[in-house]
Amino acid sequence: MGTEAAATRALQPALMRTRGLGKRYLQRTPFSQQSFAIAALVNVDFEIAPGCLTALVGESGSGKSTLASCLAMMEKPDSGEIWFEGNEISHWSKRKLAPLRPKIQLVFQDSAGALDPRFSAAQIIEEPLEIQRRESRQALRARARELMEEVGLSPDWANRSPLQLSGGQRQRLAIARAIALKPSLLILDESLSGLDLSTQAQILNLLLDLKAARSLTVLLISHDLSLVGQVADFVAVMHQGRIVESGSTRQVLASAQHPQTGKLLASVRVLEAAFQTARAGGRG
Amino acid sequence: MMPSMTSGVKSPIRYLERRAIHALLLLLGASLLSFLFSSLAPGSFFDEMKLNPQISPETVAALRAQYGLDQPLPVRYVRWVKSVFRGEWGYSFAYNQPVRSLLMVRARNTLLLTTLAMALAWLIAVPIGVWIASRRGRWDDQLASASTSLLLSVPELVLALGLLYLVIRTHALPVGGMVSTGFDRLGSWEKVRDLAAHLIVPVTTLVLASLPILIRHVRASMMEVLQAPFIQAARGHGIGRSRLLFCYALPAAANPLISLFGLSVAGLLSGSLLVEVITGWPGLGPLLLEACFSRDIYVVIGVVMASTMFMILGSLLADVMLLVADPRIRTDHA
Repeated sequence: MGTEAAATRALQPALMRTRGLGKRYLQRTPFSQQSFAIAALVNVDFEIAPGCLTALVGESGSGKSTLASCLAMMEKPDSGEIWFEGNEISHWSKRKLAPLRPKIQLVFQDSAGALDPRFSAAQIIEEPLEIQRRESRQALRARARELMEEVGLSPDWANRSPLQLSGGQRQRLAIARAIALKPSLLILDESLSGLDLSTQAQILNLLLDLKAARSLTVLLISHDLSLVGQVADFVAVMHQGRIVESGSTRQVLASAQHPQTGKLLASVRVLEAAFQTARAGGRG
Repeated sequence: MMPSMTSGVKSPIRYLERRAIHALLLLLGASLLSFLFSSLAPGSFFDEMKLNPQISPETVAALRAQYGLDQPLPVRYVRWVKSVFRGEWGYSFAYNQPVRSLLMVRARNTLLLTTLAMALAWLIAVPIGVWIASRRGRWDDQLASASTSLLLSVPELVLALGLLYLVIRTHALPVGGMVSTGFDRLGSWEKVRDLAAHLIVPVTTLVLASLPILIRHVRASMMEVLQAPFIQAARGHGIGRSRLLFCYALPAAANPLISLFGLSVAGLLSGSLLVEVITGWPGLGPLLLEACFSRDIYVVIGVVMASTMFMILGSLLADVMLLVADPRIRTDHA
């Protein structure tokens, strides 16, 4: 996309920014005391503009999910800085981070695993509100039904188990749970993988609607450049733990500089037709 | 937040009916096998009497006839089943009284010991297991792993003997038995204290023997659940550590633990036999041992049947708890 509005917003200070971010994992050799380090993130400089949809693309194992975990404060980086809303938060204690957590919400790839199977759809949405004790018990169910409606799920399904929902419906439910706390930043970590093209397009439409309605900043992580090219304002390409290319979507798609971006573009699938069809048909 | 009931619920009544039929069949099978194996064992309670020159062979034969041991196995089995319906559970040759009244007293003593030990073991194991699962690879996890490995490698017999040795050396606690002599003359509070003092050695042995298995199961179940995305999501919602561990992760990790709890209940009558014998606790253990040596077969069969009933009860309890705890088991979609 890379619209003018997005370009204007990009001039504002970044909502989230990393500088020289590094993360390594120690892997032990089987049947040995020896271990070796795997560099998941290497000197990552990355920015997320407020109110924009930024896409992070790369092949499997390129470090996208590790970066998402660090941004969502699930993991501490080994080095570098993470700035969020003007504060450097990478060295903050868990206690200090606690009030910030609701502002950054993560939607996982595995929608079945991401939703507690013991809870009903409504209870899953109520869960973060209950944890934060933001609303009275009576108001929780009404709020859950509102959110279900907002993400295109019938409120009549409030008592259904997540196991009784399809993959796309589960992902909608996960998004409803994530936006329940009114976050500033929504991170979708490969959340569209495993869904069919039509459902992917429908979820993307939902994200665009939510972004517009709530002035939400979205970080969409995917290995599919064709998918994110349809909706993202900005794109960053990751390869072997590094950001190898970034810029407005139009710029990156039109004149890819790094061979990895070229490889991802070469494997582009024809999503546009499905996307346009779904866009014309509204939410499914 | 409590798990919800969903549509497509299986009928719990039908499920329980099916389980009750299974239980009856199992009891029937266990009783038949007990009878068969006891008849295959060489000798009988009255064989030792034959060695006594003061007892004539006619008297021994009359005694065998009186207790029905001269009858073929199917007849003896039917007579025993009838006695079960009369509430006697057979007749003890050694104690000359119905097995049920003998078992009731001994089973009560055993249950006092094992229930207390089981409750203590679970109360200790769950928080430790949950905690070390959340501290994977750190010093406290490694310390707990080393301790449980050590306890696992020490047999129950050695644990009991070691504790008895300590008690004898220190004179800190009474050695053996359930109560002291003159127990009846003690006041209520002193009776409780005396009983508690006698319980310490066998209960500690049983707790130490079961603790490593329970801790390791709790740790393993919790570690698996703590990796689940829905737990990560709850962390992302800003949940506190204790609430995450005990209100979210533990219920999600409960299924294998509930099955294990069922096994603990199943072993309430049979799990402490050895410890009872070593520590002189007047439960089913010494009674069974004595009955085996003297071939008091109806007592042996009675103990086996009581243990089988607890096995069935434990399994049923675990199934009902799973049915309540996990909506996936209740739904047809599971």
